[in-house]
Amino acid sequence: MFYIYCPYCEEYREEEEFHPKGEAHIARPEDPDNCTDEEWGDYLFFRKNPRGVHHELWVHAAGCRKFFNVTRDTQSYRIYESYKIGEQPSVSA
Amino acid sequence: MTQINRLQTGGRIDRSKPLAFRFDGKSYQGYQGDTLASALLANGVDVVGRSFKYSRPRGIMAAGADEPNAVLQLGATEATQIPNVRATQQAVYDGLEAQPTNGWPNVNLDAMGFVGRWFGRFMPPGFYYKTFMYPQSLWMFYEKHIRRAAGLGRSPRAPDADQYDHINQHADVLVVGAGPAGLGAALAAARTGARVILADEQEELGGSLLDSAAQIDGEAASVWVTRVLNELADCENVQLLPRSTVNGYHDHNFLTIHERRADHLGDRAPDGMTRQRLHRLRARWVVLATGAHERPLVYGNNDVPGCFVAAALSTYLRRYAVAPGHSLVVSTANDYGYRAAFDWQDAGHEVVALVDSRANPQGAWQDEARKRGLRLITGAAVTDVRGSKRVKAAAIVPLNEDGTQATGSLQWLTCDTVATSGGWSPAVHLSCHTGARPQWRDDIIGFVPGKSREQMLTAGAVAGSYSLTDCLKEGVAAGLKAATDAGFSGADVPVPTVSELAETAPMALFAVPHPKPSSRAPKQFVDYQNDVTAAGIELATREGFESIEHVKRYTAMGFGTDQGKLGNINGMAIAARSLGQTIPETGTTVFRPNYTPVTFGAIAGRHCRDLFEPKRFTAMQPWHEQHGAEFENVGQWKRPWYYPKPGESMQEALNRECLATRESVGILDASTLGKIDIQGKDAREFIGRIYSNAWAKLAPGKCRYGLMCGEDGMVFDDGVTSCLGENHFLMTTTTGGAAGVLEWLELYHQTEWPELEVYFNSVTDHWATMGVAGPNSRKLLAELIEDIDLDGEAFRFMDWRQGTICGVPCRVFRISFTGELQYEINVPAHYGLYIWERLFEHGEKYNLTPYGTETMHILRAEKGFIIAGQDTDGSVHPYDLGMGWAVGENKPFSFIGRRGMKREDCVRPNRKQFVGLKTKDPNIVLPEGVHAVADPNQPKPMAMLGHVTSSYYSAFLGRSIALGFIKGGHERMGDTVYYPLEDGRVVEAEICSTIFLDPKGERQNV
Repeated sequence: MFYIYCPYCEEYREEEEFHPKGEAHIARPEDPDNCTDEEWGDYLFFRKNPRGVHHELWVHAAGCRKFFNVTRDTQSYRIYESYKIGEQPSVSA
Repeated sequence: MTQINRLQTGGRIDRSKPLAFRFDGKSYQGYQGDTLASALLANGVDVVGRSFKYSRPRGIMAAGADEPNAVLQLGATEATQIPNVRATQQAVYDGLEAQPTNGWPNVNLDAMGFVGRWFGRFMPPGFYYKTFMYPQSLWMFYEKHIRRAAGLGRSPRAPDADQYDHINQHADVLVVGAGPAGLGAALAAARTGARVILADEQEELGGSLLDSAAQIDGEAASVWVTRVLNELADCENVQLLPRSTVNGYHDHNFLTIHERRADHLGDRAPDGMTRQRLHRLRARWVVLATGAHERPLVYGNNDVPGCFVAAALSTYLRRYAVAPGHSLVVSTANDYGYRAAFDWQDAGHEVVALVDSRANPQGAWQDEARKRGLRLITGAAVTDVRGSKRVKAAAIVPLNEDGTQATGSLQWLTCDTVATSGGWSPAVHLSCHTGARPQWRDDIIGFVPGKSREQMLTAGAVAGSYSLTDCLKEGVAAGLKAATDAGFSGADVPVPTVSELAETAPMALFAVPHPKPSSRAPKQFVDYQNDVTAAGIELATREGFESIEHVKRYTAMGFGTDQGKLGNINGMAIAARSLGQTIPETGTTVFRPNYTPVTFGAIAGRHCRDLFEPKRFTAMQPWHEQHGAEFENVGQWKRPWYYPKPGESMQEALNRECLATRESVGILDASTLGKIDIQGKDAREFIGRIYSNAWAKLAPGKCRYGLMCGEDGMVFDDGVTSCLGENHFLMTTTTGGAAGVLEWLELYHQTEWPELEVYFNSVTDHWATMGVAGPNSRKLLAELIEDIDLDGEAFRFMDWRQGTICGVPCRVFRISFTGELQYEINVPAHYGLYIWERLFEHGEKYNLTPYGTETMHILRAEKGFIIAGQDTDGSVHPYDLGMGWAVGENKPFSFIGRRGMKREDCVRPNRKQFVGLKTKDPNIVLPEGVHAVADPNQPKPMAMLGHVTSSYYSAFLGRSIALGFIKGGHERMGDTVYYPLEDGRVVEAEICSTIFLDPKGERQNV
């Protein structure tokens, strides 16, 4: 069970307080109506699923209700950092 | 029976406190401080069980978690049965009842033993699968009988009478194991002021020091233990947990500790005390001081009762004052086995021979043995044993220098006890849980914990350091390092001085060679619990299982409740030898949680029965209960399902509720619908992006129905949102979707459109909601609401008004989920019951009838209203539902779902579309979920057209109605489809409009 730092609460909390929301930094296309089916399909369905460093979106669901990002190694489960929405990770693969 | 094997003096048992217990139907006596195993041995009980496959008699071999044979069923009553308790880890209490887990009619006279004895050589690995695989259909039958013959405990058939609980904990330093290294670590960390938890699986803290002959700081080791424990007990920053097994080491230093609080006290826990507790611990640093398990040597008939691992003998002799025999042969490959011989001699018993496999060992232990006058035989080892229910003699054989070949003939020695030591295997289990692969060390002939990514340190025997001095030194160092890294300092912890005999190098010996090849030699057991032999492992490698993981699965080595604690390393060594590899090349299997079995009670804790899941009730719950409602679970909510009158069937109650609502007035407790208060200057814009329909022009005082879609264009929730003020809205959601929708709103606001100023708050529990529906609803409310003009022109359909009902502030929404004239009254929740009761006082003359969720479903289905989640399943967009009117195609912003529902697959013809269905026979109600076909006589598998999502009997219409999906259904009105049912019947139905009642809406627009 993970021990996750919420960058808004500025505290470590148990995983039970959080929900994972998948890959981070998936921006909604600016102009959806002019996306091709393929572009829209990429946005909707395609995710990286790497072995190793991964940027993930989490929400402090049973806490401050804020969404934030986590850099996590999907193999070792090590969490390198938590950072707010709109910020960029300092650790990358 | 008297305690024939009990020594007159010594041990840590309390001879003034005798305890009576029963095993296998016989009464025995033990002492306070005994384990069940030590008490059984004290009473001369040799056979405690029968083996899994060959049904051979088995006795106690070890003294701890590694015991493979003494796995017993405990419990005096059906409610207190616990299967698979290791007798070595269970304290004796007065009145304890234990049974063997296998053996019929009892362990001394076992029917299956005959089979194993005479046919055992025909039962190789995989025997059951190889023999009983045909015909495959009968495997389930065979399996039942094979399992019964094998046994291994049974679960209780009555509910557990005791309570269990969980506790969440934090620690700066968790020390696992309270032997010399663990005590040193705990003491050092405690003196820095760090918060320390010291957990140990045994009844008493102290580990190997409790049976050690060594001196620490000039005193007996046990005196030092007491002194350290007294100091730790006085520290406010230290928690001592005896009888507490650290069973799992999970991510980010999260560990689970299984504390047996009352298992040593009696069959039931004392009143007011939980029996067991699961600690869920987050530790900054973990010091593993889990020690090591001694490996027995593998030799012929090594499972005959009377064969022990050497260290266990010392434990029984010195800690429990039990000498389980009279004449001993020790066979060892190292100095550690010598201790058992010395302790046995000190107890006044005969040591027949001390056999050392090393050719010419010279050191302090050998000098001591000679000084004691023991018969020391070198360059040999025990290779066979005679006896069935007790050892009668042991055979030793001379070995070549590296122990790979027997170089002479057998020499039989008369004895009743054999103790062996092949060396120590560090208890690497917990470190394996973290993903660290164990690493082989040739110098200690064992695997030690690999490098862990967790904040973990090791100390003492688990790290391969076996001398007491090293254990204490490493313990203190690890405790200090952990505490320092956790931010503490300033401790002064001198390492105690120890006098102990120096060690000479051990020899790598696992299986003792027999003059015959192992396939011909007597059975040499490796994993006792699963009856895995050296010959079986060799056969597995010959049959092509080269990976140790495959060997494990083929032979079942390491699969028992002991998880191979005793036999795994021996098994790997034998596999390696057979494959011509080194042990590190062969590698090791990994250990997973849990270290020892955990009861379901401890896993469940208080999360059972009424506390299994939270229950949510509305403010009107007492009234529902008083009026005989049957309840339905909707998420965690308990919702009235229907209100049967005495003698009424469910269908009769539904008919009555439906007719009363359509003909006069009915009332529904709708408080559970999700309610989200939305405010902010951009609230309207935000709602417009979330819902598929248009919101720009919704004025204060107005309500609108909205469909919520995902980016894929599929409907996932719906509800009415009301404009409370220019920048203030109240959104309602489905009961089950409330939490998910709020998270959805937050997701889009926080990640996509943070520039919009909008705020959300759940107000579901703040309001009690009553849906008053039916032609007389207006008349009824007019009697109670003073300040709202209910006139049909003044307060129109899809309006809402603020007012007062019976003196209570209220919001009234004129919306309808029934197709009738309907008002939803919202009052602050704590007034809910009061207003509900006032409504019934005034409603009696109108036959005001409460209705539940089932009638709500029927009434809405008559009108063709969908239920998101019942009529939709994530593959349905608004156009499929015939709800294109709820898609705001002209909205400037590309709302969520618009692009998704224009994907190629979403706009193709012949999609499944939502339609009404009328059975040809109006009395047949289609089962929900059945599939339509065009021709019921076509060959199987039939081409399916779609399925029924909602189906009811409508009393008002006097016939059954159904809603469902049909391919291209919107263009197929009037067509006939067929529903083949499970029972062979085929139901014919006509495709029709989803609106069965009042298509023009005249009933609600009055």
